[in-house]
Amino acid sequence: MSKLLWIAFEASDAPAAAGFAQAVGLGFDLLQISGQPVTDIGADKVLSANLSEMPTSDGLAKAIAGVAGGYSHVGAVSSMRSKDVLARVAGLMDAAMVTDVVAAESPTRFKRPMVAGSILATVEVLSMPAVLTVRPAGFAKGDRGGSSSVESISLDATSVAKRLGASARGGARPDLTQARVIVSGGRPLKDAQTFESVIGGLADALGGAVGATRAAVDSGIAANELQVGQTGKIVAPDLYIAAGISGSTQHMAGIKDSKIIVAINKDPDAPIFEFADYGLVADLYQAIPELRAKIGK
Amino acid sequence: MRLRRALMKILVPIKRVVDPYAKVRSLPDGSGMDTTGLKFEINPFDEIAVEEAVRLKEKDPSIEIVAVSIGGAECEEQLRKGLAMGADRAILVETNDPLDSTVVAAELAALANELKPDMILMGKQATDDDNNQAGQMLAAKLNWPQATFAAKVERGDGIVRVTRETDTGDETLELPLPCLVTTDLRLNEPRYIALPGIIKARSKPLEKRPRMTSAAPKTRIVRMEAPAARQAGRKVGSVDELYVALKDRGAL
Repeated sequence: MSKLLWIAFEASDAPAAAGFAQAVGLGFDLLQISGQPVTDIGADKVLSANLSEMPTSDGLAKAIAGVAGGYSHVGAVSSMRSKDVLARVAGLMDAAMVTDVVAAESPTRFKRPMVAGSILATVEVLSMPAVLTVRPAGFAKGDRGGSSSVESISLDATSVAKRLGASARGGARPDLTQARVIVSGGRPLKDAQTFESVIGGLADALGGAVGATRAAVDSGIAANELQVGQTGKIVAPDLYIAAGISGSTQHMAGIKDSKIIVAINKDPDAPIFEFADYGLVADLYQAIPELRAKIGK
Repeated sequence: MRLRRALMKILVPIKRVVDPYAKVRSLPDGSGMDTTGLKFEINPFDEIAVEEAVRLKEKDPSIEIVAVSIGGAECEEQLRKGLAMGADRAILVETNDPLDSTVVAAELAALANELKPDMILMGKQATDDDNNQAGQMLAAKLNWPQATFAAKVERGDGIVRVTRETDTGDETLELPLPCLVTTDLRLNEPRYIALPGIIKARSKPLEKRPRMTSAAPKTRIVRMEAPAARQAGRKVGSVDELYVALKDRGAL
């Protein structure tokens, strides 16, 4: 049976299934680990596990592999969590795996970036099943509508690894990988407080998320999970505003699918101007407050 | 009462990768990477894994660190660097067969079943293929718990505590041994090893052996090409002009 099982850890991971399933020409079931079942994206059925707490990966992978037998494809949105869990699922199922799929040529041929985004590889899957993590920006947004049947399932995700504690930061701002607008800052923001007030302030005025370069994270002025780039988050907002960011290959690999890129940098020779749709050579400490004033917030 | 083992063994898999700081291009015919004139290094995330193992050994000298690489004879160079950093011995599984993550996981699982390490420490991904698969596949094959994206590793009695980076922040896991940990950037900064150190490590044992499994790859790269370049846009002269342009595009 050629069919896709899409894993949604949370409800927000579900909608990307539709565009991907359409691109590979497969029907799909949705296995939703937590949250309200998403029934309007065209799944043949929704398997709702409704777990109140996310299990650690060894138990979760075992539970998913238990459901995934019989499917030709198992997919999920690319994220740190999906790579952690689904690569283990692939190991348990003795399956092929392709991470960070950005295009599908057929149900067994996929395109993905490698070497920090400097090469686009076409990967052929030689044996099924195939486990895939998918970057949604490469695929059309599927139509919403209809109503899939929902089946409650009970997952035994008992894990050996114990979670002692977790911290989630970010507060009220949208998630970077889902945000429509992102404002990102680089090393020139001199400290954490300045970063938060300048970059965070503009992000809030636009209802957007905050991102940062690796240099900004490494120097301690921005939190780890804000890092955008090949070794951080891969983002694809409608509007990406890069302030004080020179535009390393590493960083550009994470933002190149953004619809509009705006660069504000006082160095006219910064490489980011070669990629930006709109480049403003200016001091960000003057330009950003001025832009905020224009937006009127 | 269970007797505690006197020795702890850490296995550190190392991959030889093209210089992670070089701009790498695909060959004009799409058949692979153009590595002409480029150096090869230890995958930076694996180097962080070696460093972490060495730091654990500095606190407990009874730890034995075994570095392993799978690939051609040239991988000896990266294993020697691992030995110079502080690994006790190295194993090169010598092969020119095509490898993907599933083959690497199968070979490492066979090796782990023989060597019985207490922990496997390895990079979260290699900077050439950027796959982020082999560690998790290996942990699955061994039925060991895993902690990926490690930012901090602490050893306790029969356990390790790992603080790992997540999509939204971080979390701390406690794993019983044996377990597998994959390293992220912020775990440590590997020590610098000068050439004399690498030469000195030549006296450390490096064993070459053939593959232990007949696992065949489940994926194959059929083409490599340059990604579509983003077209450069235009410079705007002022915040006013930027604001108007974004308004016109419906972006604000």
